[in-house]
Amino acid sequence: MSIAMSAVDISRALTRISHEILERNNGCESIVLLGIPTRGAHLAQRIGANIATIEGREIPVGTLDITLHRDDLRMRPPRALMSTMIPVDGIQGRDLILIDDVLFSGRTIRAALDALGEIGRPRSVQLAVLVDRGHRELPIRADYVGKNLPTSRQQSVKVHVTEIDGVDEVLIESQGDL
Amino acid sequence: MGTYLLTGGNLADGAATQIYIADGVIVEVAPKILHPGAAIATEIKVDGCILLPGFVDLHTHLREPGREDSETIASGSRAAAKGGFTAVSAMANTFPVADTAGVVEQVYRLGQATGLCDVFPIGAVTQGLAGKQLAELGAMADSVARVRVFSDDGECVFDPMVMRRALEYVKQFGGVIAQHAQEPRLTQGAQMNEGIISSRLGLKGWPAVAEEAIIARDVLLADHVQSRVHICHLTTAGGVDIVRWAKARGIAVTAEVTPHHLLLTDERAISYDPVFKVNPPLRTHSDVMALREGLADGTIDIVATDHAPHPAESKECEWQAASFGMIGLETAFSIVQATMVDTSLMSWSDLADRMSNAPARIAGYADHGQPLDAGSSAHLTVINPTASWRVDRDLVASRSRNTPFHGMELPGRIVATFFRGEPTVLNGALVRTVEGV
Amino acid sequence: MRHLLSIADLSYVDALSILDTAQEMARVSDAPVKKLPTLRGRTIVNLFLEDSTRTRISFEAAAKRLSADVINFSAKGSSVSKGESLKDTAQTLQAMGADAVIIRHPASGAAQWLADSAWMSGSVINAGDGTHEHPTQALLDAFTIRKHLSANSGDLRGLSVAIVGDILHSRVARSNVLLLSMLGAQVIIVAPPTLLPVGVESWPAQVSYDFDSVLPLVDAVMMLRVQQERMSDYFFPTPREYSHYFGLNRDRLGFMKKTAIVMHPGPMNRGLEITAECADSARSVIVEQVTNGVSVRMAVLYLLLAGSPTSPGVAI
Ligand SMILES: [Zn+2]
Repeated sequence: MSIAMSAVDISRALTRISHEILERNNGCESIVLLGIPTRGAHLAQRIGANIATIEGREIPVGTLDITLHRDDLRMRPPRALMSTMIPVDGIQGRDLILIDDVLFSGRTIRAALDALGEIGRPRSVQLAVLVDRGHRELPIRADYVGKNLPTSRQQSVKVHVTEIDGVDEVLIESQGDL
Repeated sequence: MGTYLLTGGNLADGAATQIYIADGVIVEVAPKILHPGAAIATEIKVDGCILLPGFVDLHTHLREPGREDSETIASGSRAAAKGGFTAVSAMANTFPVADTAGVVEQVYRLGQATGLCDVFPIGAVTQGLAGKQLAELGAMADSVARVRVFSDDGECVFDPMVMRRALEYVKQFGGVIAQHAQEPRLTQGAQMNEGIISSRLGLKGWPAVAEEAIIARDVLLADHVQSRVHICHLTTAGGVDIVRWAKARGIAVTAEVTPHHLLLTDERAISYDPVFKVNPPLRTHSDVMALREGLADGTIDIVATDHAPHPAESKECEWQAASFGMIGLETAFSIVQATMVDTSLMSWSDLADRMSNAPARIAGYADHGQPLDAGSSAHLTVINPTASWRVDRDLVASRSRNTPFHGMELPGRIVATFFRGEPTVLNGALVRTVEGV
Repeated sequence: MRHLLSIADLSYVDALSILDTAQEMARVSDAPVKKLPTLRGRTIVNLFLEDSTRTRISFEAAAKRLSADVINFSAKGSSVSKGESLKDTAQTLQAMGADAVIIRHPASGAAQWLADSAWMSGSVINAGDGTHEHPTQALLDAFTIRKHLSANSGDLRGLSVAIVGDILHSRVARSNVLLLSMLGAQVIIVAPPTLLPVGVESWPAQVSYDFDSVLPLVDAVMMLRVQQERMSDYFFPTPREYSHYFGLNRDRLGFMKKTAIVMHPGPMNRGLEITAECADSARSVIVEQVTNGVSVRMAVLYLLLAGSPTSPGVAI
């Protein structure tokens, strides 16, 4: 087990992503952030707070649970649903930024894009992730990446956030690690 | 006819004994047989077993004529023999109903032809069990079947005037009315004992009072007309109290309890498995305890099986649609041993009384329920009290499989049954098969 | 858990998990596109052997919103269908590859019987069996109460609910008594003694014959349907007398807490157990119960059917 990102690394990465989002979207007028539970939701909150500080105004931040759209439901026991909270003004015509902790096969993001379909039609959908660990199985890429982390399939990447885990860190575990 | 020498067994009182049987009769009972014939008799070693008079069932549904898909007189006789019975009483609710001399003679003759036990028909009290007009009780009593027990079992003789007349009428030939005590209005659509369990399961309740009200009425009627009444399948603590009270008053009442009511409670219905659906229904634990106490102290005179075979489709369905009834001939003895003897409530002599002597006396089966003395007809049951067995519904002799005891480990095995001096069961298995079974 | 047969089988955690899942499902029902791919390719049979259009279409809507294939199988107006035909039906459904059977049946225990039988391997969901249970109705009632009175989360601790009417014949009452009390609510059953089962004292509920004294104490009043036919079986003297003592009317509405809600599982006998005025009042959540029914049934279908059939379920 090794530490791939420290708390400082994470904070720096989120700050950078916040700036990149503003830059690419010419400010914060049109953007909506949706975090994918559970850890992506907390990262979205932090990026939202960063942007609010930079721009001096609140931006809409919500959550999007993708469980009901997963294509691997039948391979696991039934999962409890997470919360979906769409900001009151919705996503119609907005530039929507999906935020997740780790980008891996791309299947979660595919499910998220399907889930968006039932909510509305944003002007654009962009993707921000803290870690991109490779091994895509679908033609999906991130627009904003905190860190590219080359891994083997046998390894697992664990993102910890203070709100849930009491600490900010990204860990790589190899099989056999305890 | 064969001659047999039973060695190594004990009488109900524990005395070690040998029994020599010849020509259908018990010739000698002694620790060491002296009769010269014994020397050439077939010796049957029954070491450690108890020798009891052949069991007599006063309440058996053999389904023939009419429902031969669920049981026949032949298959029911086999089940009876396997269960240690040498006489059974065929209930009248067949198709056609046994309400004429013709039907009871047919049943009697089929029983004799099978030859595994005596089959004594019970005559219907009313024509077609309809509860309105008395059946020809005299003609049935005079027939070759010599019917003395009359019952509309399955239906209650509900009309008090009809019941009164029936009680009076059978006095002329020493008959007895066996009442299925069920107040019909209080049990319309009823499915199980009314109480805590029925309230949870949403099954329509069958109150104890529906049984007790009829018992109370009928012991008073029997007293009034000075006749004999027999209460079928008593199931409630209140019913035991009423019978106890009636006997204390000198009323000529007798009563029976089934093995299943001595063991099972209404909690079985929680499974919604219709194999536990029976009329009258399984009651509560305190009822079961009162029944055991009543049987032990003689308030309840006998054990009767209420053997009620049903085809698979009558039980492979939702509870409400299922038929009432359980088979019981092959398990009766073991259940009584488990609930009454192994619990020290009764002795082996008491068991012989409740399962043989008393039922034969109540029904007037003079040839049965005799003490195992020289000169008695050789109807015997040999039981091994220390053996145990697992009930398997796929191995029953009955044509039907609706036993509520499937899978249970029960004490006591029927090792041998002798009917008129010949073994029908040896080493726990039927001796001969009957054609057409 | 593979089946939903009765509330008695559910744990506290199971029950809350269903309510929480239903809350997320409710969001789907509010969305412009009311369709999820979750149960695509799964076959669900609505086996209704007793008339109940309301419950059937509620389950059908729930299944369709989750993209399941729905087959409706109903034997209209059948009384207790002969057992062998239910066995045959079960075998037929098995042969058709039904992943779940939603069964409504006039015989108590029919759902459990079907689940325990070896003739079908799919999930069984009880949509009302005789006078036994109607678990999804109780779940939607609990969901509705929680939404109005418990900030839409957690259990029902601190709340009191009166269930009023024909308790004896009501599967809705049986399921609700078990569920609401398990979730911490105090349940008071109100009925004439004729419409209470012998053995009711063993239920986790208080019993009262006096509706008026109960009304000011409770946060929700659940009125049960009373069938006119009961009169002929001597359960009460006349409909008028029944309404007088046990019906919800304008005066009684006035005795209730200001925040208390009025519920009814439907279909209503307006004028017998509830006046039209009460049914249509601002306190009535009766129409909303119907909406919540779809969400709760979606939750149940999701939890029973979405996961792997072989791995042990986490939620229910
Ligand atoms: Zn009977």
